[in-house]
Amino acid sequence: MIRPGEACAAQSCPDGVIQPVTVRLTVNGRFVTRVAGAHFTLLRWLRDAAGVTDPKYGCGEGICGSCTVLVNGAPVSSCVVLAAQLDGASVVTALGLCEPDGSLSLLQRAFHEHHAAQCGFCTPGMLVTAAAMLADGRHRTRDEIRSGLRGNLCRCTGYGPIVDAIEAAQETSQPAAPGAPEAGK
Amino acid sequence: MIGGDPAATAEIRTSKENELRIVRQPLPRHDQAEKIAGTTRFAGDLALAHMLHARLVRSPVPSAVITRRDNSAAFAVPGVVGVLFGEDVPHNVIRVDVPGQTLEVAALKATMEVLATDRVRFHGEPVALVVAETEEALAEACELVEIDYAELPGVFDPAMALRDGAPAVHEAGNLLSEWDIDTGDIDAALGEADVLVEGRYETQTLDHAYLEPEAGVGWLDDEGVLNLRVATQVVEHYRDVARILGIPEAKVRVTAPYVGGGFGGKEDMTVEPYLALAVRLTRRPVRMQWTRQESLLARPKRHPMRMRYRTAARRDGTILGQDIEITADAGAYAYLSALVLLYSSVHACGPYKTPAVRLRARCAYTNNPPTSAFRGFGGMQVVFGYESQMDLLARCLGLSPAVIRKQNALSCGDVLPVGQPIATTVQLAETIDAVLVRVGEKPAPTGPRKVIGRGIASNMQSYGRLAWLNDSAAAWVGFQLDGSLSVRCGVPDVGGGQASSLAQIASEVLAVPMDRITVHFGDSTLTPLAGTTTATRQLLMSGNAVYEASVLLRDAILGAVGRQTRQPVDGLRLELEGVTGPDISVSLPDALVTCRRGNVPIESLGTFFGPKGAQAVRQLRSDRVFPDFTFGTHVCDVEVDLDTGQVRLLRYVAAHDVGRAINPRSVAGQISGGVVQGLGMALLEEVVVEEGVNMTAGFFQYLIPTAADVPDIETIVLESGEGMGPFGARGIGEPPIGPPAAAVASAIHDALGRRPTALPITPERVLECASGLNRSAESDQGKAAPY
Repeated sequence: MIRPGEACAAQSCPDGVIQPVTVRLTVNGRFVTRVAGAHFTLLRWLRDAAGVTDPKYGCGEGICGSCTVLVNGAPVSSCVVLAAQLDGASVVTALGLCEPDGSLSLLQRAFHEHHAAQCGFCTPGMLVTAAAMLADGRHRTRDEIRSGLRGNLCRCTGYGPIVDAIEAAQETSQPAAPGAPEAGK
Repeated sequence: MIGGDPAATAEIRTSKENELRIVRQPLPRHDQAEKIAGTTRFAGDLALAHMLHARLVRSPVPSAVITRRDNSAAFAVPGVVGVLFGEDVPHNVIRVDVPGQTLEVAALKATMEVLATDRVRFHGEPVALVVAETEEALAEACELVEIDYAELPGVFDPAMALRDGAPAVHEAGNLLSEWDIDTGDIDAALGEADVLVEGRYETQTLDHAYLEPEAGVGWLDDEGVLNLRVATQVVEHYRDVARILGIPEAKVRVTAPYVGGGFGGKEDMTVEPYLALAVRLTRRPVRMQWTRQESLLARPKRHPMRMRYRTAARRDGTILGQDIEITADAGAYAYLSALVLLYSSVHACGPYKTPAVRLRARCAYTNNPPTSAFRGFGGMQVVFGYESQMDLLARCLGLSPAVIRKQNALSCGDVLPVGQPIATTVQLAETIDAVLVRVGEKPAPTGPRKVIGRGIASNMQSYGRLAWLNDSAAAWVGFQLDGSLSVRCGVPDVGGGQASSLAQIASEVLAVPMDRITVHFGDSTLTPLAGTTTATRQLLMSGNAVYEASVLLRDAILGAVGRQTRQPVDGLRLELEGVTGPDISVSLPDALVTCRRGNVPIESLGTFFGPKGAQAVRQLRSDRVFPDFTFGTHVCDVEVDLDTGQVRLLRYVAAHDVGRAINPRSVAGQISGGVVQGLGMALLEEVVVEEGVNMTAGFFQYLIPTAADVPDIETIVLESGEGMGPFGARGIGEPPIGPPAAAVASAIHDALGRRPTALPITPERVLECASGLNRSAESDQGKAAPY
């Protein structure tokens, strides 16, 4: 009954002594330096050390996607990577998707417009995955959007409104050019 | 105050129907922006200075006597503040009675220990509570709590548990509850039937699998009040916490921030008593965050049920009677099992006229994980039973599945087998027509070893609590001097838009724009208590309470302005511009000043009392068991791969009569979310328990549908205008989860000619059905006429 990653790391330190390390990350555009246990997952580092709580703990196994953040632009389950391994990286959470004045971004407005959040617990992770989809410039069909969301579970919406929102944001952000480069392929 | 009689308020609710401004608008919910910006703080997101952490040590075995407990090694870990056993709990009893604003239901008498002292009855039962400065100390200390168990024989099947000589889970025996219904002459019905259809059906153990695991933070405030900010559907558990600690109820406050999904899994207490004990011990803030593994292991599940149906009908398809047996597994502790089984019993014949019924329902203790509330609350497992029977009957008689359902559908005024007349219009036939028109022609298969099937399933599901629970909800609505509006209501918002709907109702009545309304919710001390967010009751209960308070407030303001301006009140209206009449227009702030000068409050409290009915005992008979019901029909098309057993969902259309859609987007969201959760039950999900050991330890084993597993859910919202909620709304939280498993099973039956009767319908089970197809005629269970 221990989050697996933490349990393993804690046991590797004799007598419960935890090795503290300094980790420097750019979080949502701001430099953040924290001393925390070497065994801290990125999720725990963000939530407990840096006070950034929009990535959520949902399963601790890298399956549910509630903890998804962008690490150097790529979506990552922050519950299964160690913060210490990422020293110097740039991390973006859902909060970091907002415009500089705090207003909702185009993607977030599409989520708002399409009723894509119910309880809202999966939403930050869902948004980050969606932002990564939009960022690669590839135009996706509905089925491709659904496929791209496989790593983010939602128990409230039935997914349709989320797919609607991403589809709409995709149309607004970049008029789909046929034969647009398929980044990442 | 509004009473339970819908007729008393029907006029006021429908007279303005044609002029609705805000209600029925598909507005973005008022809580969306913060959730999408990532700023909503859920229960586990709160961190307080000098906060401690707490964790439970749970039983690793399903049935044992505790022979020794020693906390000295754990207590010696640096940073550990406390290691508690049952003896350290002032009143070591959780009374898992009906929670909320109700009288106790004596029949339940269900109790369990907060921390087990000498006996454990399921894998995962809490035995010790550890409190520490850090998560690391906590983890180490939990490993060092020494507990010795002498294992006892257990019983892991409800039918076995009811046999003579079965290991006793509790001293009083393993039978937790039984309900009977005897209506009409079932033996005569069985005798005179042209056709008898018999089926046995099994549903599985299920987990709610909301994305937010159980969590909360507790602290003592400056008045010495114990505060618990937890993910819960029931802030009224403050009473249970007070009882456990032996302190006055007025010294405990439970608040529910926005909850990351509930579905019934946060109806019983989770972290509350443990946080309370840890705060009491340390007088410091404490956080408890359950892991997903812990949540899957130990929180109550959905009841697996075994159902046997014998359906008697005439050659023309008219149902004469149902002979039904239901056996449910309560697991190791009662929780709400007796009531879940009552729901199964009352709903067991579905939305169909059934003149003769013999029903025997039993619920037994086992050493499996406890089972309790889960969306649909026993009223949904039986859909798999009665809708399977309807399809088999249609096949037997060569009738269309749609026609046989419409032919037997209940109407307003028909009496349910339990004795309750249906009090509002039933648009079941309309929902059947609506989904069939929408779904159109069956598609063609995509390959040679693939077959297409179509399935339809209807259901009824109650909304509102049992009519003898004396249910009530209160809400306070008050203007600020600038004309903005505050609503206070104790409703927990579990993500279904519970708070936002209240804003929309108040906005409608009081003509205040949505962005000038704040809803304060889910606080057992500072918001009027509104009862549990369960049983699809909040729109009915807190919705009517807010409606009531808003109407009182509006009328008071119009009265004050009328007196001051010497205008007849019935010519005045509250509009966006303020109070208007044939000869006057008074701005809202001026009207509010008028009220203050005239000693007229600019706030009001509304209380809504649920409809009442006579309490039923074991022999279920009552003029009113539930306030009312919501009806609906789903249809789905599937493609079955004959080689792999894979079932691909091609189309899914769901229609429900919601009475009045307060917010059509919220309604559609409830339907599509409920359908996908139901599809998980149909095809994917199962908590696997072997000899009492819960083998399902993570989301890598408990598979809920992903976006790629399901199609777009096409929703059709019908508005008969006849529900008992505000503006004629019906509840829609639970109803959509009922039909999917039956609809999918019927589609597979349609494709393969044989019916899956156990859930989930895994590829292995599909291939079993497909083997019949290969053997041709011998296994065919008849053929239904086309839709």
